[in-house]
Amino acid sequence: MSLAKSPWIIHVNVNSCNGCDIEVVACLTPLYDAERFGVLNIGTPKQADIMVVTGSVNYKSVNVLKNIYNQIPDPKVVLAVGACASTGGIFHDCYNVIGGVDQVIPVDAYVPGCCPRPEAILDGVVAALSILEEKKKGNIKGKEVKLKGNEVPSNA
Amino acid sequence: MNMNDILTIVLVLIGAPILGCLASGIDRRITARLQGRVGPPILQPYYDVKKLLSKDNMIVNPSQNFYVIVYLVFIILSLLMLVFKQDFLMIIFVYTVASLALIVGGMSTGSPYARVGSSREIMAILSYEPVLILYALAIYLLTGTFKLTAVLDASSPLLIYTPLIFIAMIVVLNIKFKKSPFDYSTSHHGHQELVKGMTTEYGGPGFATIEIAHFYEYVFLTGLIFLFWASTPIIGVLIGILVYLLIIVIDNITARVYWQWMLKLSWSVLLIISIVNIAYLYYSQAKLV
Ligand code: SF4
Repeated sequence: MSLAKSPWIIHVNVNSCNGCDIEVVACLTPLYDAERFGVLNIGTPKQADIMVVTGSVNYKSVNVLKNIYNQIPDPKVVLAVGACASTGGIFHDCYNVIGGVDQVIPVDAYVPGCCPRPEAILDGVVAALSILEEKKKGNIKGKEVKLKGNEVPSNA
Repeated sequence: MNMNDILTIVLVLIGAPILGCLASGIDRRITARLQGRVGPPILQPYYDVKKLLSKDNMIVNPSQNFYVIVYLVFIILSLLMLVFKQDFLMIIFVYTVASLALIVGGMSTGSPYARVGSSREIMAILSYEPVLILYALAIYLLTGTFKLTAVLDASSPLLIYTPLIFIAMIVVLNIKFKKSPFDYSTSHHGHQELVKGMTTEYGGPGFATIEIAHFYEYVFLTGLIFLFWASTPIIGVLIGILVYLLIIVIDNITARVYWQWMLKLSWSVLLIISIVNIAYLYYSQAKLV
């Protein structure tokens, strides 16, 4: 139960239009107050448990995303917030867009919406908690995602 | 070393982190309430530490682990020396070693954030250390010894003779707790300064050790305030708690300042009022009885 009581999130913006970011930040305001569940928006990936990704991945941000993912100690979960992070959203057929976050790193939970309401994001975080506990119990490690310059991922 | 001493050591080792954990939880709760939020449960720092201990230890280099252990051990040592009424000057030096360990640990990681945080912490030490030394000097002038036994056995409180140093010590505590306006080397709660300042590269058990050391540090620093009214322990404890609450309020009503401002504040105002206090003690030949 220790993990579920203090989930620290790191918020990563890979090419989001900023709509989702504002909603993520809104979770921390007095109105929604995510800290009552122990949620802290932590700055460094080394101390984070939940990676909240907003926006669709493009060729500039793909390596940053992988790098941050690799730096989070296990057990960790990835939460894709918004239509863009889940599928690519309205940017899906842009020339520079690879697609949703799951094209690059394994995603554990999705929060749909453009942009999702803060309640939905909190719901997503709570859903991620049980996955986090399961990962701890089963000793499931996040897979190492290799960095390879600015290449296109093979499955994109 | 008799049975009583061992019992005291065990009590301090177990009791101090519990007190510190509660203090930290109350701090987060009060901060949340002042911001119009509900806030986390009081035991939240305990859950945080428990979680951090169950995570992987991801480190940049192995010496990092060594420095956090040094930090923890020397904090505990300074607290124990305070409890056993040892030499006050020695306590300050042991405590400084603990702070230095954290700085060197931050420097050793090579991360730019940790490095800038560490340099800022050096500035913090530079600004509060003279005040602490003057506090020790005041104790020497009043009792003729640096040993704390004289302060704790005296029947009149220290505060009557050292009101200005008391004010200076409140600011020193503010710097040492790393609370706003002086939280620029590393920050608390969800606040971010230089990502996480000195502790940027620590995660999992390493960071948990730092948190536990912080719990001990809370008790140690409140103990320094307790000394001002040690003749009646109840009042001493009350003053310690009041100063702690005051620091939480200051934390919430002030914005972060540049380190230059802090250096100017402490080397002008704090140092001058401390020296005035020392001069008064020297010329009036006052003695603590
Ligand atoms: S899902 Fe909508 S709000 Fe969120 S980043 Fe994409 S376009 Fe912006």
